[in-house]
Amino acid sequence: MKNTSVAELKEIARDLRKKTVSMVYKAQSGHPGGSLSAADYVSALYFREMNIDPKNPRWEDRDRFVLSKGHVCPIQYAALATLGYFPLEVLDTLRQEGSILQGHPCMKKCPGIDISTGSLGQGFACGVGMGIAAKRDNKDYRVFVVLGDGECQEGEIWEAAQIANKYRLDNVVVFVDDNNLQIDGTCDEVMPNIDLGKKFEAFGFETYEIDGNSMEQIVATLDMARAAKNGKPKCIFAHTVKGKGVSFMENSCAWHGIAPNDEQYKQAMDELNGGVAS
Amino acid sequence: MSTATMQKIATRDGFGEEIVALGKQDPNIYVVDVDIGKSCKTTAFAKELPGQHVNVGIAEQSAAGVAAGLATTGKIPYVVTYAVFGSLRMCEMIRQEICYPNLNVKIACSHGGLTPANDGASHQSIEDMGVLRTLPNMTVIMPADYYAAKKLMAASAETFGPMYLRFTRDAVPVIYDEDTEFTIGKAHLVQDGTDVAIIANGDTVCLAVEAARELQAQGIRARVLDMHTIKPLDEEAVRRCVEEIGAIVTVEDHNILNGLGSAVSEVVAGMGRGIVRRIGVQDQYGMSAPYERLLAMNGITVENIAATAKSIAPAFKL
Repeated sequence: MKNTSVAELKEIARDLRKKTVSMVYKAQSGHPGGSLSAADYVSALYFREMNIDPKNPRWEDRDRFVLSKGHVCPIQYAALATLGYFPLEVLDTLRQEGSILQGHPCMKKCPGIDISTGSLGQGFACGVGMGIAAKRDNKDYRVFVVLGDGECQEGEIWEAAQIANKYRLDNVVVFVDDNNLQIDGTCDEVMPNIDLGKKFEAFGFETYEIDGNSMEQIVATLDMARAAKNGKPKCIFAHTVKGKGVSFMENSCAWHGIAPNDEQYKQAMDELNGGVAS
Repeated sequence: MSTATMQKIATRDGFGEEIVALGKQDPNIYVVDVDIGKSCKTTAFAKELPGQHVNVGIAEQSAAGVAAGLATTGKIPYVVTYAVFGSLRMCEMIRQEICYPNLNVKIACSHGGLTPANDGASHQSIEDMGVLRTLPNMTVIMPADYYAAKKLMAASAETFGPMYLRFTRDAVPVIYDEDTEFTIGKAHLVQDGTDVAIIANGDTVCLAVEAARELQAQGIRARVLDMHTIKPLDEEAVRRCVEEIGAIVTVEDHNILNGLGSAVSEVVAGMGRGIVRRIGVQDQYGMSAPYERLLAMNGITVENIAATAKSIAPAFKL
């Protein structure tokens, strides 16, 4: 890990949000809402917590990042480009023909992607496989998995959770991005995620419930999760605001998968430049 | 010797023996079980190589994902289950997490085709090879007997990429010996002939061999090809059948749609000549019944293979 301060991480998160909104605006396609809700913990992971080497994306001892809710890849692409995995100008090619930045992450095309995702529910089990491999090989790398709260409606999530528990994968840290919004409405309307944090606890996870848009809480929780080498997989149940940082996108499922127009883009960038972001 | 008197061994037994040998040679070989290790013959692997064994319980979907995750770290995982689950229950996970990123994961399945005969339709797998054949990057294999199962297993471990290997639950005749060689993607010539070609795979190769013997008694010389790999298909071997003979019967323990017969027909159609007759499961579900009865209900019999071959053999056609 790196000793990046909370203040620095907040500025990084703001920068990644701006890059995300620009990317989706230029592509006129993509998923801004969930990308913005994830911006804070993605910043903390990539710029502080994870042991990674942008010059050697396939370094075998690196920490892994599994974006199980793969549609929010713009925020991951922003982080990877900022770290130097590929040139910043590549961000302008999101979703275009021939781009390494596919609509959903492709490990064969984009450096820094540890597993291809995009079909909800599937990335978690891949992360569990990586965690098992680390244990068997006596390596101390960790696996960070990002799940959407809506995604937890997929049954495969709970298969993966019970496997993580069985194999005592304290090297697997799951972020559940609890923004309570999915495409057709709130999670409560579409399919209530009853006591989601408690479910992970019941599956044997050490669970931390936090404000997922508070950098202070994210960093403090990652410190605790790192220290808890107790055989229990970790779940950081992170309450977030979908669209966080852009007022008209906040808490709106309408902004799940559409791009801003010229006027909206200008307003979004003004807000992000003005320090509205966390 | 007719199939009735030949020694019979289920090909899952060949798999179970070979996976232990492979695992001992290469510590990167893993087995991912889904609680049917006893039935799929991985018990010895689990006992002898516990550090290379994972059992995820009755959870096929995540078994595919766990295997993909293992493969990203250089392991060569074999997900072991029944064919119907290893193809259809896991299908989209195989597509997204194994075939799309082209990871080195093998899906090794017992209970292929109608061989779980008395289990009934829920456990008989008649669509699997066809479904998986449509996934880019996937290799699809069904060995004919115990020795072919062992040899093709060994070859699978040495060949990079997603692969589906299908074995039988029920015992099938042993038609090869330990010196018979097999190459993934290359048809195995069981016997040569000039009057008609019979292209079979899996548990139907022994029927094709016996049908060829009956044809021989009638003076019809049949070429018998064991097309153990339906993808990538040995297109050259199919083309030679058309160019040198002109008439092909395909035989498979799989739905008549999208399996071996379809793959062969695709090649022949592109040539604009030649004739193909497909023998296989008649696009219908099975039932609990003796294995031979299930085959017979679908016309997968020595008699039907011989009669069909005779009916299209150019020199013998009525």
